[in-house]
Parts: sequence; structure tokens; C-alpha cells
Amino acid sequence: MNDFKHKLKNFLWNVRNTIHVSSVRTSEFFQKHHLGFITRWPGWLKAIFYLLPALTLLAIFTFYPIFNSFLISFYTGYNIQTGEFDGYTFLGNYAVVLQHANFKQAVLNTAIIVFVSVPITIIVGLLIAVALNAIKPLKSFYQTIFFLPYVTNTIAIGLVFAFIFSGNQNTIINPVGLGLANQVISWFGGEPIAWVAAGATYWSAMSVILVYSVWNGLAFKIIVFLAGIQGIDKQYYQSAQIDGASRAKSFTRITVPLISPMIFYILITSVIGSFKTYSSVVAIINKEGLITTGAEGSINLKTIVFYIYDYIGGASLNGVMSYASAAAIILFAIILVFTVIQLQVGKRRVHY
Amino acid sequence: MEIRLEQLTKVFTDKTGKETRAVDDLTITIPSGKLVGLLGPSGCGKSTTLFMIAGLHKPSGGKIFFGDDDVTKLAPEKRGIGLVFQNYALYPHMTVRQNIMFPLENLNIGRDEATKLVVEMAKLVGIEDQLDKKPAQLSGGQQQRVAIARALVKKPRVLLLDEPLSNLDARLRLQTREEIKRIQRETGITTIFVTHDQEEAMSISDQMVILDYGVQQQMDKPQSMYNKPINLFVAKFLGNPPINIVEGKIVDGKVMIGDNIQVSTRKNAKDGVYDLGIRPEDFRFDPNGFDVDTKDMDHIGRDTMIRFAVGDIVLRALVDSDSVQGQKTIKLSVKEGKTHVFEKETGHVVL
Repeated sequence: MNDFKHKLKNFLWNVRNTIHVSSVRTSEFFQKHHLGFITRWPGWLKAIFYLLPALTLLAIFTFYPIFNSFLISFYTGYNIQTGEFDGYTFLGNYAVVLQHANFKQAVLNTAIIVFVSVPITIIVGLLIAVALNAIKPLKSFYQTIFFLPYVTNTIAIGLVFAFIFSGNQNTIINPVGLGLANQVISWFGGEPIAWVAAGATYWSAMSVILVYSVWNGLAFKIIVFLAGIQGIDKQYYQSAQIDGASRAKSFTRITVPLISPMIFYILITSVIGSFKTYSSVVAIINKEGLITTGAEGSINLKTIVFYIYDYIGGASLNGVMSYASAAAIILFAIILVFTVIQLQVGKRRVHY
Repeated sequence: MEIRLEQLTKVFTDKTGKETRAVDDLTITIPSGKLVGLLGPSGCGKSTTLFMIAGLHKPSGGKIFFGDDDVTKLAPEKRGIGLVFQNYALYPHMTVRQNIMFPLENLNIGRDEATKLVVEMAKLVGIEDQLDKKPAQLSGGQQQRVAIARALVKKPRVLLLDEPLSNLDARLRLQTREEIKRIQRETGITTIFVTHDQEEAMSISDQMVILDYGVQQQMDKPQSMYNKPINLFVAKFLGNPPINIVEGKIVDGKVMIGDNIQVSTRKNAKDGVYDLGIRPEDFRFDPNGFDVDTKDMDHIGRDTMIRFAVGDIVLRALVDSDSVQGQKTIKLSVKEGKTHVFEKETGHVVL
């Protein structure tokens, strides 16, 4: 075994040497024959050459669609098959989208998800990270547990959530196959709730989505915060301890300011991520984002991305794609505004 | 506030169960209002001792007294100490003012009084014009002063300094150590500081403790320790250029190097082989002394360092530059009473 290892290392050594020597020879050859320009490209040309594969893909699948959707949002009667359109409208498509009752509901749904789940995830994530940093035994075990949601498929998690929060009007009256959440409620003597099935209310379904968003978002945040906390010099805490600062005070006055760059990064990315919520609603509710409640109608839990997808689904009709594009641009504008605000606030509040 | 350490011991156990005695049975009394230096080579347990006094490390055995109070089990914040860390540990996100005020926030005093105390402290250490800067905008010496001000602002009973000068450049070091001495005098606070730099320790401490492998070697005033080292370790550790250690013997009360160089006399010592310690500056010109070749010389301003061989061992002698000018050989002898005789086995000094 050792002999094999030795041979392998020798082999790798020789390969590396050969490559190095031959590359030196090649460049010497070029120099000698006045071909030095081949090895001495200007820096920017080299950079473009290396970036080209990525740039090509980005151009085709990201930059062009962004640009195009911006254009489409100003067309009227746009046909996605032929690419023909009747004419231009400046804000017509935007007006249609903004006046649509479903769009207002979608903005409201999304806003609730953003403004409830993001602060909760950050605060809870921070506390868990501090707790993880403080314990020694089973640390990696807990780290694994908290990191699991990050590597688990959203739809698989959705199925598990569907089990946990299962229960509708009928199964509650005749308690068979109630979900985990309802069983726990029953043990404590509470009334089972139809969380996301028939008989659900807006807030019961929304709270499940929020629980899911918080839990699903925790993993990555904990890892980032933990890395930040582990990078803080222990002497700051020792110094604070000698000065009689309580643990809570050390946390708010030392830990939080010193990892504020991480918190800020997490805040911006998770606000953007939450504004784009889609798959979690599909996983927990259904792919329509609607809970049908008998004859009275339905509970609408569509997010903005849902709304865009709904339009894309109906885009075989002329002009509908323009509504989808307009909605997408509106979402972009909302995210842009919030990010700019956060960056402005961050300038004053974040200590790099 | 007098500080007493009684049989203080700290044992670190690593993952494999191997034990390291960082501090071993240390018993010292630090007199009230004095500046005491803990000195020793790196890894000798001096910082561990300091952190035990601060309460950041729990002793494995022994007791710590502040005056008559046993503080061994007391939490750091209840001991009334101020600690200056080696890298200062200033909070980078707070201004100098906020840094100095931080200890006061945890005390039950009014904001006006706290603000006044901060300015007072800043004046004491000479940084009153830097109060609204962040630590990163200050020089190393200024950061050091901020750290001292922060440690002193809550009027601690004891000030502890962990390698206070090691992060400063040579010039600043000189200036800061005078500053520390001044601040200590003005406040009259019992101060313990840790250093591996003997010159630093000798220049500012009232009393010095030398540690090696967690064991106290000697505690004394710097100059008396230099003149009367208790053992070979202390003799070797103090002094720059270092002391000459050469094997010698005592025959009939004469202290001899080799067979024919007599350096001193000792009437009451037994005949035998000893280690002799002679400081370079303790050689002098003497017409009756032994011959020294002046081939290998360094002129360092006022003094000249001569390296000469006695047998296999090279000795250094530090002599006046004027007297060696242009001479091929000179005669040297050792000043009266300046030969330190150490037992070969134990390294203890023979008086």
C-alpha cells in the first residue's frame, strides 16, 4: 500500500514537472521565433477569453430575457408564437396589472411573508448560532440538524409539512388521521384546526407558510452567523466580562455589531429571496395557491411570482405575456427600492 | 491592595490526557501600591498566572487573596480588576469614548458622572483629543493608552497588564513604559504586568518575579536580582549581552578558570567543580590580570565588546572603548565580588 502511494506521488511529481518544463520550453520557443505575442496577451484580452463561456450563457439565458421582458412589458397584443405585436403602450400593461385585485392580494401575501418571516428567521438564526457556539458536546450533531433543511428538497419538505398540518373539516369532526400539529393541540386540550385544507382560514394557511419559510431559511443563516461569531476574538468577551457586562449585553453590544456585515448580507439576500417566494407555497398549499372553501369561494395565497406564472400560463392569448412582463418588472422595482433603502441604512449601521 | 498567591497551581490537560503544569505551586506576595513584573521566557506560565488573578482561568489548586478577601472563586467582574490585553481588545465598532465608557455602563452611576470620568481618564493617559475616533484610526501607542484608560476608569483595586508593550515599536515602547510608570505612580494602584522582555521589566518594575516552567525562581528588586541571581537560570535570563557561563573550580579558596586564571577568592566554599557566571561588564583592566587577545572586537559607541576564548569557551567582555584602542593584547581581571558561583548539580548560587 505504501509502495503504491509512493509510486503515485512520484508519478504525479513527474507529470507536474513535465508539464512545467514543456510549458517553459514552449514559451522559450515562441520568444525565439518572434512569436512572443502569443504568450504575452494584454491582460484584458486574457480576462475576456476566460470569461467568455460564462458570459455567453449569461447573455443567452439571463441578460437577453431580462432585456426582452422589459421590452415586452411595453407591447400591446404581443403573440408569443410569432413575436408579432400590435403596437406600443407606455404604462398600459402596468396599469392593468396594478389594478388587478389578484395582484393586490399577491403583493399583500408576499409582503406578509417578507416582513414576518425575514425578521423572525434572522433573530432566531442569530440566537441559535450563539447557542451553537456556546455548546461543546454534540455541536456538530446540532449543526447537522440545523443544516438539513438546506440540503432537503423543497417538495419533500412540503410533503412532510402536509402530513404535520393535515386535517380538514371532515377529519376534524371525526378525528381520523389528524396531523402531528393537530394531535399536539389535542393533547393540550385544544380544538384541532384545519390548517391548509378545506375549512382553513387565511391566517391558518399563512401561518403554516410562515413557519415553513422561517424553518427553511434558518439553515443557511445559522451557518453564516456561526462562521461570523467564531471569527470574533474571544478577548472581547473576556474584556467585557471583566468589565461586568452581562451575557445579553455582550451579545447586543459586541456580537451583533461585530457580525453586522453578515447580518446585513443575510438581510438583503433573504428579503430578495422572500419577495420571490413561490415553491414553498406550491409545496404547502398546491400549485394553484388557492384553498377552495366550498361555495363561498377560495382563499388566495398566491405570491407575486405566482401571479406572474399565472399570466405566463395564459400567455397563448395575445397580450397576456406583456402583463406577465409588467408584473415581473414591478417585482423587480419593489425589490430594487427595498435593497437601495437597506444599503442606505446599512451605510450607517454596519461596522466593517 | 496587597495580593497574595498561595500555592497557586494550574494544570492544563489536553485531549490525549497529557498534563501540563503551567503554574506550579506559586506563592508570592505582591505589596500594595507597587508595580510588579512577572518575567520569564514564553510558555513559563506568566500569562496564565495573570489570567488566574483576573479570574478568566480557574486555578487547579491554591488560593488568591486580595488584601484579606479570598477571591479564588469570585467571578472576574466581582474582583475589581482592570485588565489590559496584549492586543488591547478595544471594541473596533465603538469610538474611544464609548470604549472607555463601556465598563461604567455596567455600574450604577449617572451618565453625567460617567462622561466626566471618561474625560478625566483620557486626560490621565493623554488622549483627550482622540475621544471621538475609532480605535483603528489610532496609532499603536494611542490604542495602548485607550486600553489602559478603559481598565482604569472603573477605579479597580488591581491593574493587570498582559505584555503591554510587545505590540509597539522600539521608540514607542520606551515612551510608553515611562508613561505606564507615571500612571501607576499617580494612581497608586497595585499593578502586575507580564513580559518576556527583561529590559522592560527591569526598567519599570518595583519588584520582579522570574518564572520558569511555572515555578518561581526569584522575587526581588530588579537591580538586586541582577546583582545577586539566586540560580543559573536567573543569571542567564537577565542581562544583555548575556552573562558568561564557564566551568571553573575552587581550589584552596581560589576560584579558577582553567588551571592558571584566578578570577576571585572564596574562603568558605568547598573545593570542587562549579559553574561560574561573570557578566561582560564586570571585567576590568588590570596589569596583574590574564592576557586577552583583542582580535575579535565590536565597537559599540562608548563600549567595546571583546570576544576571547578560554579553553573551548568564548567569553564576552564589555570594556571602555578608549582603553583598547590600538592594542594587540590587554590584561583583564574580574571585578571584586562579581563572580557568581553556581553548584553544578542544582544550579543554585553558592554564597
